[in-house]
Amino acid sequence: MKNQNLYNYILGIADNSLILGQRLGELCGHGPNLETDIALTNISLDLLGQTRSYYQYAASVAGDDRTEDDIAFLRLERAYKNVLLVEQPNDHFGFIMGRQFLFDMYHAMLMEALQNSPDETLAAIAKKGIKEVSYHLRFSSDWVKRLGDGTQESHEKMQEAIDGLWKFTDELFHTTEADLAMIEAEVGVDVRTFRDSYYKKVGEVLTEATLIIPESKYFQKGGKEGIHSEHMGYLLSDLQYMQRTYPNMKW
Amino acid sequence: MKKNWPLWEVFVRSKNGLEHRHFGSLHAADADMALENARDVYTRRNEGVSIWVVESTNITASNPQNNGELFEPAQDKVYRHPTFYNLPDEVKHM
Repeated sequence: MKNQNLYNYILGIADNSLILGQRLGELCGHGPNLETDIALTNISLDLLGQTRSYYQYAASVAGDDRTEDDIAFLRLERAYKNVLLVEQPNDHFGFIMGRQFLFDMYHAMLMEALQNSPDETLAAIAKKGIKEVSYHLRFSSDWVKRLGDGTQESHEKMQEAIDGLWKFTDELFHTTEADLAMIEAEVGVDVRTFRDSYYKKVGEVLTEATLIIPESKYFQKGGKEGIHSEHMGYLLSDLQYMQRTYPNMKW
Repeated sequence: MKKNWPLWEVFVRSKNGLEHRHFGSLHAADADMALENARDVYTRRNEGVSIWVVESTNITASNPQNNGELFEPAQDKVYRHPTFYNLPDEVKHM
């Protein structure tokens, strides 16, 4: 492939949306009430829609006969480049909102920067996605504040969720070889430049939610390089089931 | 979280210039959440440009038992109905 770095860079962004979209999709029909259930599924659909645009672009960059579906459904676990944060399995609603919030804040900042990329396709996808992503961020921040500043029980659960998820936040700012090459080529976004402002903004929401900002310096990473947690295999077996069982089937 | 959130009525203006129309109802803990839920439940497909939400308990409704006195005026008082004007053909939708 001529432009392997660009290809990998696109997947590095897209896989986060695919995997988080899949996680949220698992909740369809299981939300705490009808309105929230619809909201979670809407967010999932937004993310999957963005994923499609990225994969279509990646397929055209690859320039062979692979399609967006091949990229989504027919890779092995090690070839997925999503961060560990988004593959963490669904737990209670506070946990789901915590995971969403920690990702949305990053996602919004990434889209904001990516829309200035000289790569027109990436810039266009980012421009289109940014409205959706700002809504996701508003939705998840509101819930973090509500639950954090809610009852004693909701506060404890929200704090526990944030404490548990904190170790996955640093990886958002890890740069892979493809990232570095694309930053060098001035096409990609250097996520390291907004690391401090990410933690500052996250901290502001947590403080408003009367939650304590975790101070742990222990972080986990690996997903971006294809080294996933034990949960990823189960997620993929769900995600890929149809294509693996009935190869080339179409709706 | 209480088991049952209060009920809210949702009004959506589909285009500028038109009035807000009742779209349906939903549950939410407060007004902000009601707006967000309304966005998710009712306006995801370009249905509107403006949303109002109002807690259902704030709406005073007529009692169906009183329908007679409210909605069934005596039909014999023809002068109540503006039926004695000759409308020009150009005027439509009257």
